[in-house]
Amino acid sequence: MNITVAGEKKEVKDGLTVAELIVNENVEMPDYVTVSVNDEFVEAGTFADTALKEGDSVEFLYFMGGGSR
Amino acid sequence: MIKLKKSDFEKIVAHARKEAPIEACGLIAGELSGGDKIIKKVYILTNVDHAEEHFTLDPKEQLTAVKDMRANGLTPLGNWHSHPVSPSRPSDEDKRLAYDSSASYMILSLMDAEPVLNSFHIEGDKSEKEQLVIED
Repeated sequence: MNITVAGEKKEVKDGLTVAELIVNENVEMPDYVTVSVNDEFVEAGTFADTALKEGDSVEFLYFMGGGSR
Repeated sequence: MIKLKKSDFEKIVAHARKEAPIEACGLIAGELSGGDKIIKKVYILTNVDHAEEHFTLDPKEQLTAVKDMRANGLTPLGNWHSHPVSPSRPSDEDKRLAYDSSASYMILSLMDAEPVLNSFHIEGDKSEKEQLVIED
């Protein structure tokens, strides 16, 4: 099936999960990554259960934060 | 070297002053030219912590900004945040949460009458000040 990852079209196996895509894409420090599929955020802890569908658009966002102390 | 337009510097300062004592934050994007970073656009995002000593970029706004960068051919260069009452240097928490060593981390201090902005490269628990040029 065809999906879009960070704006780039890719062909992946049918039923690929978000967790598998994270491995395929060599996403660094996945614990600090938020994933959206079609602009909806995927709940942390459900990546392995979230199967992608034809035409899905996936984005990986790194947590960005800090503090002054 | 990292270059920032004076108008963008003023945009950051104005927003940070408006938000104080809450920390203000956002993203920077632009071009890589040789070893230099040229900031073409500054994004102002919501600090979802709404805290005086912490910030977290709003993920929804972050997603919108990333798409805007892509649509405009801009490269993500890093982020910025304010320290309303402390110096312009990375705190231990800033360093601990700086996951991307290719990013520039800009910190604006409002502790004195004149705002102070510095940009840092952070890798592990080490931070190094980058040469920041603010130009018209």
